Amino acid sequence: MANIELRSVRKSFGAFEVIKGVDMDIRSGEFMVFVGPSGCGKSTLLRLIAGLEDITSGQLLFDGERVNDCAPSRRGIAMVFQSYALYPHMDVFQNMAFGMKLSGAGREDIEKRVKKAAAMLQIEKLLDRLPRQLSGGQRQRVAIGRAIVRDPRVFLFDEPLSNLDAALRVSTRIEIARLHKEIGNATMVYVTHDQVEAMTLADRICVLRDGVVEQIGTPLELYNHPQSLFVAGFIGSPKMNFLTGRHSQPFGCATVGVRAEHIEITSEGVWSGRVIHSENLGSDTYVYLDIEAQEPVIVRQPGTVAFKPGEALRFSPMPREFHRFDAKGKPLPRH
Amino acid sequence: MATVAAPAQPISPKGRSELKAQRVRAAMWFLLPMVTALFLVAAWPLLRTIYFSFTDTTLNDLGGGEWIGLQNYLSWRTLSSGRTIFRGVLADPNWWNAVWNTVYFAVVSVSLETVFGVIVALVLNAEFRGRGLVRAAVLIPWAIPTIVSAKMWGWMLNDQFGIINDLLLKLGLISEKIAWTASPDTAMLAIIIVDVWKTTPFVALLVLAALQMVPREIYEAARLDGVNPVKVFFRVTLPLIRPALLVAVIFRTLDALRMFDLVYVLTPNSSATKTMSVIARENLIDFNKFGYGSAQSTLLFLLIAGFVLLYIRLGRLNLGGRGL
Amino acid sequence: MKLVGAISFYALVVVIVVVAVFPFYYAVLTSFETGTAIFQVNYLPVSFDLGNYVAVLTSRNFPISILNSVFIATMTVLFSLFLAVTASYALARVPFRGRSTLLLAILAVSMFPQIAVLAGLFELIRFLGLFNTPWAMIVSYTIFTLPFTVWVLTTFMRGLPVELEEAAIVDGASPWIIITRVFMPLLWPALATTGLLAFIGAWNEFLFALTFTASETTRTVPVAIALLSGASEFEIPWGAIMAASVIVTVPLVLLVLVFQRKIVSGLTAGSVKG
Repeated sequence: MANIELRSVRKSFGAFEVIKGVDMDIRSGEFMVFVGPSGCGKSTLLRLIAGLEDITSGQLLFDGERVNDCAPSRRGIAMVFQSYALYPHMDVFQNMAFGMKLSGAGREDIEKRVKKAAAMLQIEKLLDRLPRQLSGGQRQRVAIGRAIVRDPRVFLFDEPLSNLDAALRVSTRIEIARLHKEIGNATMVYVTHDQVEAMTLADRICVLRDGVVEQIGTPLELYNHPQSLFVAGFIGSPKMNFLTGRHSQPFGCATVGVRAEHIEITSEGVWSGRVIHSENLGSDTYVYLDIEAQEPVIVRQPGTVAFKPGEALRFSPMPREFHRFDAKGKPLPRH
Repeated sequence: MATVAAPAQPISPKGRSELKAQRVRAAMWFLLPMVTALFLVAAWPLLRTIYFSFTDTTLNDLGGGEWIGLQNYLSWRTLSSGRTIFRGVLADPNWWNAVWNTVYFAVVSVSLETVFGVIVALVLNAEFRGRGLVRAAVLIPWAIPTIVSAKMWGWMLNDQFGIINDLLLKLGLISEKIAWTASPDTAMLAIIIVDVWKTTPFVALLVLAALQMVPREIYEAARLDGVNPVKVFFRVTLPLIRPALLVAVIFRTLDALRMFDLVYVLTPNSSATKTMSVIARENLIDFNKFGYGSAQSTLLFLLIAGFVLLYIRLGRLNLGGRGL
Repeated sequence: MKLVGAISFYALVVVIVVVAVFPFYYAVLTSFETGTAIFQVNYLPVSFDLGNYVAVLTSRNFPISILNSVFIATMTVLFSLFLAVTASYALARVPFRGRSTLLLAILAVSMFPQIAVLAGLFELIRFLGLFNTPWAMIVSYTIFTLPFTVWVLTTFMRGLPVELEEAAIVDGASPWIIITRVFMPLLWPALATTGLLAFIGAWNEFLFALTFTASETTRTVPVAIALLSGASEFEIPWGAIMAASVIVTVPLVLLVLVFQRKIVSGLTAGSVKG
């Protein structure tokens, strides 16, 4: 419901600057994902928005209103923590109702809102359980439920799926996406280091690195038009191949970036390499090619294709499906 | 829709956020009662004790003392005969006797407690049937109030009817009954026996806790290598439990240096055992020399403070929790 | 060789147990003996005479001493826990200037020799009109219970998850609410341990209790036992003393045995780094 503006926001812990001037608009109702390697400051940025950390300098605006010094509970936010942070001695109902109780809401009101949130998450049957009697996935739902009950302007998620196993992670991810649609008007800010989560959930992604915004854009913008070598390498799986030196010379740039799925194996290929090994995933095959550079090139071939280790291959990027970067890692115009 | 959100007003005293300001303010209020209490029962009385040590205050008239400078500590007067008479605590043979008793007691009892404590801890760390019961048994001396232990041992060490004399006679270790607590030769020994008996469990528990954190694999590796168990203890175990042992030794030494109750009850009036605390209280309360006793208390405080500083200097120790 | 090792190990265990338990066993033994039986050395129980217990419990002052001790120890525990819980929250969770200095000062207080404050405290207690009342002890015992309690609780609170507190902050909980509604329920184990140790400390204290009481009706148990005397100086009532000793020790020994693990963890909390 709220749009959030950050204006040259900085945060230092002592002499150590973690957020080095971030400008950003998060639109009302948008699902924004902060992504980046560990230590990039994404969680700190989220905590600044939450109000759990003080902003060293700059402005934080909610709907045009400065909230720098406003206490978290009065910002109209709700937060889902990595460790769930459920109150261990309260049952699920009490966990979800605690915030409303503190704000002096009436019992009927509390009951109505908790029931509604519980129904949304299908945890009605768990309301009288204690957190320790719940599974990891159930705890996560309760944590999300607690956030929903607060009926916030902004939902904040701090790596909420990182404590779940792979299968649960996928289903909870879908759940969160569904919730965003269902709640509709709530702004969500979500922190993760997992770019797949970012790609699947986000309306827009903000890639952070060393306390600086590298790029903000929709998942496809980031995928198709990375504004830096870093973003190009961070978004997409497997990682984009980067070729330098004599390999990039024919393309007139310092680095050529090309994704695994955008490489074709052809006898007229500009590059050559030897097969190190190939991974057969059924739907695709990943071929690892040694090109006498630091890292092998990964090529994705549809279906199952058999390559022998040691086999020499020639390959090229598909036309218009590669990225050229200058020596500073900035993109050059496409051919 | 956003029912939780109140209109956000920028409240920013000194650039602090509302949350931080609230927390720091709350912290100050939370600390105030404790700090007040500690000031009242520790800092203020200590300052008053030090002040009294420079006065000739008496117990009967606490407000009537006059400032006499260092006279309680040391003063001297040269007689017409040319002889100089020294007065004050620092020239008081009773005081130096108490200092000697205290230090002697502390060194001997803490050493014994450390050795026995480690032995008991090693035993408790081994796996054997009934270990839980043995551990419970070891805790018993620690649970018994000092006064009660003093009385219990006083009875056992009784010269006429004591079981210790009876036992030693039967075993032929002594030829006649010993007046353990009354005789100057054995009074200190009696004190040390009781103290070691009572506080070895404390050392043993601290050491045991440390021992249990030593990974079993280390022992197994050493055993596979065929290292002699005694060597394993000195080369592997001891270095690993050293921090815990040091903490135990510090706390025990601090307690030993201020020892009072055991002596007061077990060997009253024996100058062979009077500690600094005992003699200070004697002057303060019994002899009506409040200022003089205060001077002795102050000196004991300085001794202990010096000891603590020395330890902190020597080994930047992690002085966490402690027993009572 | 192995057998010899096992035998000597068990012999050591037996020695340890006997040395640890015998004095108390002997006190119990003596407490059941009256008259001249007491002056014969017995290693095994020979009589079961409750006379000493009856005498002690029906005496004019000893029951009062027990009540005094219970009251004083309980109040000391409540008092220091109340002060320590809030203070340790501030020390563990709120960064402010001078925090580590304050912690060091608290630690320093725990090292004070009691005798160093005796004179000043004596004056203060006279001044406040607390002399010869239980409050003299309750107030003065905080000097050793409070630093210890604060330290253990601070260590414990530092271990509570940060996110839990942050969740409460987001929910709009004030520091007071965080302590009472979120942390307190998690603190029970630590409170039980520190409370128990504070209770034992207060129950056993002697120097202050001896100095700040003047009449038999205000004495605590240790003072009463220490000053228990017979008709004449040469007639020490050993039977009665032992009975009184057993009475005040049994609850303590039971407490310690029941809460063994908690006490061990309390004693070692923070003092042994993991």
